[in-house]
Amino acid sequence: MRTRFWRQRTNIISATLTLIASLLLTGCFGNDEEDWNGKNISGLMPELEFDLINSQGKSVSGDDYSGRVRMLFFGFTSCPDVCPTALQKLNQVTSGLDPELQDEVLTLFVSVDPKRDTPERLAKYVDFFGDNIVGLTGKEPQLRELAKRYRTTFGYDEPDADGNYAVSHSSAIYVFDREGNPRLLMRPDLSGEEIRHDLAALIQEGS
Amino acid sequence: MSLLDYLLPYDFSPLTVLSYMLVMGFYGVGLIRMPDQDRPGSLRIFAFTLGVLICYAVMQTRFDYYAQYMFFVHRGQHLILHHIGPILIALSNPLPVLRFWFEKIRPGWRRALRPLGWVYQVLQQPFIALFLFVGLIYFWLWPSIHFDAMLSRELYWVMNWSMLLDGLLFWWLIFDPRPPAITSSLGYGRRMLVLAAAGVLQMFLGAWIVFSRDMVYDVYEVCGRAWPLDPEVDQLLGGMLTYIPPAMMSILGILLMLRRAMHQDGKYTNQSKQLEETAS
Repeated sequence: MRTRFWRQRTNIISATLTLIASLLLTGCFGNDEEDWNGKNISGLMPELEFDLINSQGKSVSGDDYSGRVRMLFFGFTSCPDVCPTALQKLNQVTSGLDPELQDEVLTLFVSVDPKRDTPERLAKYVDFFGDNIVGLTGKEPQLRELAKRYRTTFGYDEPDADGNYAVSHSSAIYVFDREGNPRLLMRPDLSGEEIRHDLAALIQEGS
Repeated sequence: MSLLDYLLPYDFSPLTVLSYMLVMGFYGVGLIRMPDQDRPGSLRIFAFTLGVLICYAVMQTRFDYYAQYMFFVHRGQHLILHHIGPILIALSNPLPVLRFWFEKIRPGWRRALRPLGWVYQVLQQPFIALFLFVGLIYFWLWPSIHFDAMLSRELYWVMNWSMLLDGLLFWWLIFDPRPPAITSSLGYGRRMLVLAAAGVLQMFLGAWIVFSRDMVYDVYEVCGRAWPLDPEVDQLLGGMLTYIPPAMMSILGILLMLRRAMHQDGKYTNQSKQLEETAS
């Protein structure tokens, strides 16, 4: 009896399940309300928090830079291409914003190569890429923790004869709003114009 | 890095560790306390322990770090959570231990647990089981969903646990040791059909990943790899792990079912004939 009961209802049950699944899927694949160029990461990641040192050698936390839209980027100063290109692009993006919006956004460049990147070296490096950028670094465990928090990692290659080595790191730019909530993940292949559009929207949203 | 760093979890999940400890604890205590004639043999105990241990290892050791930052290691992780681990556990037939503990539950509690049994029966309808088994693989490998799952810690845990629990349900349905002729377990023909369908559907997905010329899963590109492996090689290896071993496991499952069906062929029909003869 029981098996017959279940057999008769299998069709109904599976039809219902398929319907629920497809509803769930359309919910997931639905477009965001706003037209972001970057990937919307609201709710996917924890809010901005870190415990690092800045390029003056002072220890800083996420609260020290609150109130502004922040772009978090991992890299190292000996980086041959990815970092300079990205930082150059971000500098162009911010300096292309309306003058009153420019101070509302800050780039946080986190060096994951603390062995070579001393605060002094970091200061010299970030100064080259404009005013609205801060260089940060820390001890390796601190950096590992931050990377893990934002689901990324970094690694070191074997040093060559001159002691130079490559560092693998995330190429993404993590964007946080004024309250420190994670909002967007920018791939490095986005154009400056696309990034600027998203940043302007984020800055104007909170004011 | 020391050996301890490799054995300790990358992302410690107390709930996961606790669940595994409870499973092994109940299994061990059940084994010691149960009557000798019910106790599974040492090979079965070994298969069960190995199945649980490899699932634990891919979730709560350094392996998980590589699974988070390498596509092909991630595919290996799901191969263990959704296939190999649950297959070992199902083949070890932990039913006597479950029965031992079930009999210890007070009748009032058993009544309260009954809705759980109904849910279980719905999930074990062959069509639903197949839909869930293949659907979950497609769902978590859907590029945009996969991207989110690798970015969000919560989604990542939901993904891994859903794969493990569904793997256990599916392979228990397939390898249920109770003969379908005299119990309510699924008939061998249907088990083989479900396995064949699951195999073919997984091959479609695996082949699609293997033969994709573009980067389908670029989250590993965006968030950095555990070591600098060529992205195309990573995707190819991951695709092959989705393509070949699951298909082989479907075929092995079908062979096992054929063997069981042939062994039991006529066994129960002859028995019932004999019963009829003695009755008349």
